[in-house]
Amino acid sequence: MTATQKRIIINRLALAFSTLSAVIALAFLFWILAVLVMKGVDALNWNIFIYEGSPPGYEDSGLKHALIGQLILVGLATLIGVPLGIMAGTYLSEYGKSSNLAHVIRDISDIMMSAPSIVIGAFVYAIVVMPMGHFSAWAGAIALAIIMIPIILRTTDDMLQLVPGTLREAAFALGAPKYKVILDVVYRGAKAGILTGVLLGIARVAGETAPLLFTSFNDNFFTTDLNEAMPSLTVTMFNYAISPYDDWQQLGWAAAFILSMFILGLNILGRLILLAGKRK
Amino acid sequence: MASIIDIKEECALNVRDFEFTYKGASAPSLKKVTMPIAKNSVTALIGPSGCGKTTLLRSFNRMHDLYPGNTYNGEIEFEGRNILGAKEDLIHLRTKIGMIFQKPTAFPMSIFDNVAYGMRLQGIKNKTELNDRVEKALQDAALWKEVKDRLKNDANGLSGGQQQRLCIARAIAVEPEVLLFDEPTSALDPISTQGIEKLVIELKERVSIIIVTHNMQQAARVSDYTGFMYLGELIELGHTEELFVTPKEKLTQEYITGKFG
Repeated sequence: MTATQKRIIINRLALAFSTLSAVIALAFLFWILAVLVMKGVDALNWNIFIYEGSPPGYEDSGLKHALIGQLILVGLATLIGVPLGIMAGTYLSEYGKSSNLAHVIRDISDIMMSAPSIVIGAFVYAIVVMPMGHFSAWAGAIALAIIMIPIILRTTDDMLQLVPGTLREAAFALGAPKYKVILDVVYRGAKAGILTGVLLGIARVAGETAPLLFTSFNDNFFTTDLNEAMPSLTVTMFNYAISPYDDWQQLGWAAAFILSMFILGLNILGRLILLAGKRK
Repeated sequence: MASIIDIKEECALNVRDFEFTYKGASAPSLKKVTMPIAKNSVTALIGPSGCGKTTLLRSFNRMHDLYPGNTYNGEIEFEGRNILGAKEDLIHLRTKIGMIFQKPTAFPMSIFDNVAYGMRLQGIKNKTELNDRVEKALQDAALWKEVKDRLKNDANGLSGGQQQRLCIARAIAVEPEVLLFDEPTSALDPISTQGIEKLVIELKERVSIIIVTHNMQQAARVSDYTGFMYLGELIELGHTEELFVTPKEKLTQEYITGKFG
């Protein structure tokens, strides 16, 4: 066997092995999705959207409370986290640039991104839940917002830096003040990227359970009161899944399915917007 | 010693003993530059890469101020005052001294909004006035015929040459006194280049123009005066024909005959 033949065989082996690894890794993803769809679609029915939670054994039980609670929590977290994240990212890219402060903020933000989410839940418990004396939607939303901020901050920073410097200079050369340059030219140029960052940030927190466990806690009933404990799909799913009741477990599967589809949808939308922005 | 001609006509700008030092640099990038810029004419700046011609150009509208730590010394006189003063209103200055960049810088907005941008910054909101002045600017930039039916379209859909003319329209729409061109055709094809050069010559009736170019033929074609710069100094400033045919300085002669550069 010549050296060339040997190399060709090694090359084929390596190719086969890496392809196989990729297939195995992806297989798990599709397996999870398949199980979710089978169990989830099975458990879906209109009652889920009409009724709130009820003790096990009742016909009229649903997930309305958790669905609405989830939307309120994520919506509130978005309202808090997105402006803060975008403004902080704007500071880094347009004002801080490569100053020491900007470097420190970037590093801390990267560390925050990998902080265990339950630790953030514990932090909010200590600074919001304890002083208030009770669980609340506010506390849950703040915990989610804290997780969301570093993601949005970093994508905003990166996307703004992709806007060419000459575009900023051209706006300054027309006599634009700095805030006008940022609002009119830089944001417009980075619109698609920032929007994608926001959607991915929302998708990231929408699936969080741990930070909600002792902040917004959970409830089996429908509420829109932000000062009370608020049910969420994730915590409800957790509670129902570990319960011994068959009908609760069914609702848990439905919650898992709805949540996954929501997050998958956000991710796909985010990517589509980025693609459309790039194509232009 | 540098050989600087005495300009008899009125001057738009007067540079005297001007020195510029970039942040952290030990030596100035521009050394004692003294240069009159004639009104309603085209002055070209030529010289090898790194000679300081773009640095000088970007001093006229204080573009260097966007990056902190640079220092100016000496004087640039414009409209009777030294624009290097700490109290200079840069926003006002930049509406009087516009700039066209090497690469087209169309903003991510419609063609109309691009041209109207500078006017809106000045607080002009009247629809008819905006419409009229946008049309006028586009006509003056020889772009009106090509874009009049798609003013609402994204400006990034235009070709490179069209985008560069759009930037010129945007700059002249605010009626500046001086226009600075920083190698405006180096990213364009020959036909677009011809269009821009024609425009530069036409525009000098209304504005004073300073153009930095790597292309000596371009300087010869469009300019009335040419300044040759080398290592941060203005070596020679003269009437363009004289400078290219009978240069007074040895360095100028060597550069224009291609001995270095």
